[in-house]
Amino acid sequence: MVAKNKHNEIIKAESRDLNFFYADGTQALKNVSLPVYENKITALIGPSGCGKSTFLRSFNRMHDLYPGNRYDGQIILYPDNTNILDPKVDPIEVRMRISMVFQKPNPFPKSIYENVAYGLRVRGESNARVLDEKIEEALKGASLWDEVKDRLQDLAFNLSGGQQQRLCIARALATDPEIMLFDEPTSALDPIATVNIEELMSSLKDKLSILIVTHNMQQAARISDYTAYMYLGELVEHDKTGTIFTKPSKKETEDYITGKFG
Amino acid sequence: MNIVSMQETTISPELAKKFSRNLIERLIEFGLLCSAAFAVLITTAIVYVLVSEAIPFFQHVSLYDFFTDTVWTPNYSIKHYGILALVSGTLTTTFIALFVAIPLGTITAIYLSEFASHKVRETIKPVLELLIGVPTVVFGYFALMMVTPLLQKIYPDLTTFNMLGPGIVMGIMIVPYIASVAEDSMRAVPMAMREGAYAMGATRFQTAIRVITPAAISGIVAAYILAISRAVGETMIVAIAAGQQPNFTFNPVESAATITSYIVSVALGDLEHGGIGYQSIFAAGLTLLLMTLSFNIVGHMARKKFAERY
Ligand SMILES: Nc1ncnc2c1ncn2[C@@H]1O[C@H](COP(=O)(O)OP(=O)(O)O)[C@@H](O)[C@H]1O
Ligand SMILES: [Mg+2]
Repeated sequence: MVAKNKHNEIIKAESRDLNFFYADGTQALKNVSLPVYENKITALIGPSGCGKSTFLRSFNRMHDLYPGNRYDGQIILYPDNTNILDPKVDPIEVRMRISMVFQKPNPFPKSIYENVAYGLRVRGESNARVLDEKIEEALKGASLWDEVKDRLQDLAFNLSGGQQQRLCIARALATDPEIMLFDEPTSALDPIATVNIEELMSSLKDKLSILIVTHNMQQAARISDYTAYMYLGELVEHDKTGTIFTKPSKKETEDYITGKFG
Repeated sequence: MNIVSMQETTISPELAKKFSRNLIERLIEFGLLCSAAFAVLITTAIVYVLVSEAIPFFQHVSLYDFFTDTVWTPNYSIKHYGILALVSGTLTTTFIALFVAIPLGTITAIYLSEFASHKVRETIKPVLELLIGVPTVVFGYFALMMVTPLLQKIYPDLTTFNMLGPGIVMGIMIVPYIASVAEDSMRAVPMAMREGAYAMGATRFQTAIRVITPAAISGIVAAYILAISRAVGETMIVAIAAGQQPNFTFNPVESAATITSYIVSVALGDLEHGGIGYQSIFAAGLTLLLMTLSFNIVGHMARKKFAERY
């Protein structure tokens, strides 16, 4: 099944009336309905604590790792037309198709090569030629190949922060995900590394759909096609990025964007 | 070159160093130093006693004989002082113990850290800690009265005193040490690392084995080193259940004495004070110390080699 919006853009996934409760009872999401378009970048903005990460992490069932968390509502993945929050859905299968890059680079205590190979090995790939090929492709896709091709066996921790984050992107890319989730991927990086990652994300959208959390409004304006503004667990407004930043329809959005608030 | 002339300044009372604050800092520092020095002092004293008592021993017995002779008969009329007869017992029982304790301890640690629910963990940990509190003499009789008879059902030729039974029991005794230290180091691996692995579609088992274990390896190796030291130094279990007959053998079904069980048998009064037999326990003790020390050094190097930053 293919879902489209009024501009004939294909929806890759969408949340419907998504509520989320942490184990301590905190309701972090309230009836959030938001589409993620295919081959587009959707940015989530909003003040700290408004539920951006919580929303993002619902897409790969990250909350399942902690007992007591509860989802209510749907996240539908197309073309399967499956609610990936359904208890009958295997979170591992979801994570195989929707990968994630975290706020702080979190490479594994392994070589550069093995970091990128990880997802493939998890999927049972052990053919050295296939691995070599996929790893080169992923590192190139993450614009890291030229910097590391001569030291693939070095420990990943020896890379700079920006390189580590690109390594994490390569790691996520290696398994050909359909959606990539980014949770403030540049907040721990210097301005040059940030520009690198931003360019990288823009180049990735030919291949996949991106949902990114950022607290940096300029970043959302620079790279995203769609922007959603969240506040206190609710989705206030979402639209084309240009519209959100020039003529938002809600007063709260305008206040946030113009810096009157937040 | 840039020469700047210094300006005349005064030290305002507010900015001046405060005598009382300084004094307290110094006192605290001194107290801390004392406690640290105490441990070093005790260790030095032990080494001093061992060495000074061992020196007269080595005036009678050459180092060459000590380390190459394979017979240890200090209280026979023909006296031999071949430490290898005791080292073999120590190494064999240690090896059996590690063979049991390392897999069991590591698996327990992985289970507790990565699989067990909060409730299960909070139930199992106190039980493990209880096991640490069991006096070794109890383990010794457990080996002699329960484990050896059980093993004799499988292998009827097994003698009452043998190294296999106490080795296994020693291993069981060490499991909680390994489990607890290894689990602490696995739990210390940041959640971000785990999330990274799960986000790639890894199962719990894949995450535990391929990410958490390598990330925690330096702590895990530390746990093994602790286990080796514990096994090498264990006394009561082997003294009770392995027999106290020095025997140069690595065969686990035979009876043998270890360095520690020899020392304790002497300490219990078989040999007269001040004689060469008495001095021999210091030579044996020194050997034990050197063994433990070298295991520690090897382990320390292994830890450094494996040390991971995250
Ligand atoms: N593990 C948790 N347990 C309970 N409440 C949490 C937890 N994590 C986040 N929260 C709460 O949920 C809300 C949303 O948090 P989050 O999604 O991290 O916000 P954002 O990413 O927009 O800064 C906040 O009020 C936060 O305090
Ligand atoms: Mg966040």
